[in-house]
Amino acid sequence: MFGFGILTGLIILPLVGAGFILCLRGESEAVLGNARWAALLTTLITFLLSLWAWKMFDPASAAFQLVEQKNWLGAGLVYKLGVDGISMPFVLLTTFLVPFCILASWESITVRVKEYMIAFLVLETLMIGVFCALDLVLFYLFFEGGLIPMFLIIGIWGGKRRIYASFKFFLYTLLGSLLMLLAIMAMYGVAGTTDITVLLKTDFPSSMQKWLWLAFFASFAVKMPMWPVHTWLPDAHVEAPTAGSVILAGILLKMGGYGFIRFSLPMFPEASQYFAPFVWTLSIIAIVYTSLVALVQEDMKKLIAYSSVAHMGFVTMGLFAMNPQGVQGAIFQMVSHGLVSGALFLCVGVVYDRIHTRDIAAYGGLVKRMPLYAIAFMVFTMANVGLPGTSGFVGEFLTLIGAFNSNAWVALFATTGVILSAAYALYLYRRIIFGVLDKPSLQGIADLSAREIALLAPLLLLTIYYGVRPGPILDACAASVQALIKGYDAALAVTKTAALLLN
Amino acid sequence: MYSAIVFLPLFGFLIAGLFGRQMGARPSELVTTSFLFIAAALSWVAFIQNGIGHAPMTVPVLSNWITSGSLKIDWALRIDTLTVVMLVVVNTVSSLVHLYSIGYMHEDPSRPRFFAYLSLFTFAMLMLVTADNLVQMFFGWEGVGLASYLLIGFWYEKPSANAAAIKAFVVNRVGDFGFALGIFLVFVLTNSVAFDQIFAAAPGLANKPIHVFGLDVDALTITCLLLFMGACGKSAQFLLHTWLPDAMEGPTPVSALIHAATMVTAGVFMVARLSPLFEQAPDALTVVVIVGATTAFFAATVGLVQNDIKRVIAYSTCSQLGYMFVALGLGAYSTGIFHLFTHAFFKALLFLGAGSVIHAMHHEQDMRNMGGLRKEIPFTFWMMTIGTLALTGFPLTAGYFSKDAIIEAAYAASAHSNAALYGFMMTVIAAGFTSFYSWRLVFMTFFGERGANAVHAAHGHDDHAHDDHGHGDHTPHESPTVMLIPLAVLALGAVAAGLVFEKYFIGHDYDEFWKKALYQGTGNHILHEMHDVPFIVGLIPFGMMVLGFALAWFMYVASPGTPKAIARSNPVLYRFLLNKWYFDELYDLIFVRPAFWLGRLFWKGGDGRIIDGLGPDGISARVIDVANRAVRIQTGFVYHYAFAMLIGVAAIITWYLVGGVR
Repeated sequence: MFGFGILTGLIILPLVGAGFILCLRGESEAVLGNARWAALLTTLITFLLSLWAWKMFDPASAAFQLVEQKNWLGAGLVYKLGVDGISMPFVLLTTFLVPFCILASWESITVRVKEYMIAFLVLETLMIGVFCALDLVLFYLFFEGGLIPMFLIIGIWGGKRRIYASFKFFLYTLLGSLLMLLAIMAMYGVAGTTDITVLLKTDFPSSMQKWLWLAFFASFAVKMPMWPVHTWLPDAHVEAPTAGSVILAGILLKMGGYGFIRFSLPMFPEASQYFAPFVWTLSIIAIVYTSLVALVQEDMKKLIAYSSVAHMGFVTMGLFAMNPQGVQGAIFQMVSHGLVSGALFLCVGVVYDRIHTRDIAAYGGLVKRMPLYAIAFMVFTMANVGLPGTSGFVGEFLTLIGAFNSNAWVALFATTGVILSAAYALYLYRRIIFGVLDKPSLQGIADLSAREIALLAPLLLLTIYYGVRPGPILDACAASVQALIKGYDAALAVTKTAALLLN
Repeated sequence: MYSAIVFLPLFGFLIAGLFGRQMGARPSELVTTSFLFIAAALSWVAFIQNGIGHAPMTVPVLSNWITSGSLKIDWALRIDTLTVVMLVVVNTVSSLVHLYSIGYMHEDPSRPRFFAYLSLFTFAMLMLVTADNLVQMFFGWEGVGLASYLLIGFWYEKPSANAAAIKAFVVNRVGDFGFALGIFLVFVLTNSVAFDQIFAAAPGLANKPIHVFGLDVDALTITCLLLFMGACGKSAQFLLHTWLPDAMEGPTPVSALIHAATMVTAGVFMVARLSPLFEQAPDALTVVVIVGATTAFFAATVGLVQNDIKRVIAYSTCSQLGYMFVALGLGAYSTGIFHLFTHAFFKALLFLGAGSVIHAMHHEQDMRNMGGLRKEIPFTFWMMTIGTLALTGFPLTAGYFSKDAIIEAAYAASAHSNAALYGFMMTVIAAGFTSFYSWRLVFMTFFGERGANAVHAAHGHDDHAHDDHGHGDHTPHESPTVMLIPLAVLALGAVAAGLVFEKYFIGHDYDEFWKKALYQGTGNHILHEMHDVPFIVGLIPFGMMVLGFALAWFMYVASPGTPKAIARSNPVLYRFLLNKWYFDELYDLIFVRPAFWLGRLFWKGGDGRIIDGLGPDGISARVIDVANRAVRIQTGFVYHYAFAMLIGVAAIITWYLVGGVR
């Protein structure tokens, strides 16, 4: 395709759509309609293209595939793309979720529609770029660049306190990204290249690993977000428009986890080993602490945001268990959480569009007038709780069993999250869906429209499908994870022998 | 055939759940009920083939579920005698409850939803009993929890129903916490979660220590205790029992199916299924006996003074589950399962009978407002009487064979175990209590005079908004035939199940029937010892039964003033029992309130004051000061960001030039 591979196609396509929308003139309803349709079609085509990429992808191989490389900006910096079993699920998740975001914004966004669509398309480009980049600088550009459209989405189309929220978002991520940039420079200094495939084979000196690990950790931990740098997330979610929340929870949070798997674990194995107890501690705190906080929330979106932090705690816990169940479980948990939390935010959006409040106390008894909505919300709530048969269970179970293998205490504390998640999720469900429908503002509320059914039904089916047959995702990453763990263990074995020799 | 048994209820659920509103209530009822009857008929075929007949154990694998590293989990149906016993119990009771509900729920506008939930429950329960690995069992385990949650909260406009539903789910999750950890530990020990591999590895693990949670403990003991914690949650054993009485907020057919006959026995089934593990962990078995015996006693005491007809039966269920665990803990697994089997019939009968009473009384549940009903609803009266006879262990009824066997087993084992002695004493005392509260229920409901404010007062207690419209008269009336047929069938089971099946479950044909589905170690002779106890021991439960009956007769028929007088003279004890030993209040105080308090503390104090206060808010206050002076562009944040990035890059280059990495 014009001398480029399929991954470049994925990255370019949304930009083409954005360019098209940029060329539209006028603010009439017809023009705005065109902008919406153009954005939707672009994202759908991108999704189809990513499916094609998946078809060409060989899950049995642990190597990077669909690789393409171009020199860029002279020596040193290269434009290099490729995917392996770890990044492929995230590319698909991204291309899958963005059309939902466009569709979710169909009626709720009425000002600056064109700019909004452009922001989303650019964001899609950058997100796909993050998961495809095989050059550290390229990764950094995509990784940090993605923040700009997200800023705009929160800052322009957000709620009342959007300025505060975007500022908080900005402060947190700035700190992390600067440290990561430092680390990237240092790594270039040692390896003489920023090619990720080369860096993966580079042995960094032990003392340096710790500093590099910490620098990367600062950035990824904010993105995850891990306790205690999570407080930007509830605010960002609350103020973001529905689609913004979906992308934030569905994909942006996953960049942190992806970063850990791509960089921290394989490139700094010694440091990862050294810091694992630290990460576990933070993960457990995240699971217990934020679950308790979720229990007392009065704002629907905040509650789901806090539950996201808790679920990401399972991810970091599983990753640093460094066994197949832990890492595969973490990847699965991220994909599953992308679907489920995205769907939950869409569910919030459905009632927000009708009543214009996220206050839990303003609802009650919705099942009476919205039975379809109640079903969808129930399935996603149960997936959030980690009920077996939904995708939420597989990730939680695998990360826990992996963690138990590494450290039983960690699993013991983390498993309490199973109790707490049931408490806060069902408590939320009861206050919104059950009870008597006696609030005057709710008397005329309508059930899901055709557009909303089209939004939620695919997510619902996938949630259950992946709960019963998680194979497609687990198999896709199995070989890569196997290779990752093998390399990790080998690296640790080498240092151990070295240490023995020195003695 | 086995797939049909398991998946027909799922199809019923999908059809009624997805299309129920379009096709209407009656077709939904017919589809789910007829599917269930087919499944029940097939279950009996399977029972005759695999249990009484000689068909070997089969494990058809349906497909792979989860594969990750050495962890392999399949969807499979394990068909052995233990499974087919459970299939018969689940599908028989479920099909009868479906049929009964057609009558009981006929005024409810959401019948398709109700029948869909019932079928969903049945499917999950069948997945549980056919599981070939711990994780599929966990799937069914949580699935029945979900169905139970949905059905307890079926009348979603009642706050008490919603609260009970959440309580049931969350308390069960506390048990599942232990179950999950148990599964993890099994995986660590045996590198598998499939039953065949675990069972094969179990003898080699006996008496092996493991270092876990900072302790050096016997590996299988801790594993079994964790798994047993799950069983305690599901089967409402002492300390995790609080959800079961509240679960009575659900419609009565639900109580009969889920909270008497099937779901609550899942814990018993689990321990029996894992008998090869528990058999290697004698200390864990001792705990099982103690917990079971305590529950049997505790629940019976509370049952003595309850006034809600369903709550009495609920505590009775709780108590009988305790009996089953005593049997399991003694190593007499088949006896526990036998009691599970017979109990399903007579307890479902009692619940459905209570439902018939409630139906007759227009959703009145307080026994103090009943009385003298035997003339108005004679059929229900006789059915309830049969159920009560079976429960109290009247000779030759079902309970006589199974419950007395447990007491005898406890006596036999008490010669060499103090726990068994405790179990024996508790179960004997509880047998007396059981007889008392069961007959008390019958006498209060069917004998004497109608309570002072009787049916008219019922409206005051009636929270179901949709009930009893369209009834001109308020005299109690017998239920429709569709509700009475299930009663008759279950009554037949309550009378005959013990007599017919004793020799298979615990008697002469034990080995041919079970075909090693239950495991007993070489030193375990409890089943023989149980049959050799002195004749006088066999008379003890009978004596307790007569005593309980006589006392109930005296207090509620002969001299009805006595109970009030006793309650008045022992106010502390009475309140203690009436308030269920104050467990709800205690848990509220030590778990629920602190959780909310901590949540608020972490939110406002931790997140708000400390993290935000020291972090972003503190910094942003400074930054805003600077930014206000520096730039005045409306969407300035992007520029800030770009600007900051530039500064960062500049800083790095400087650092590079000055110091350098090398």
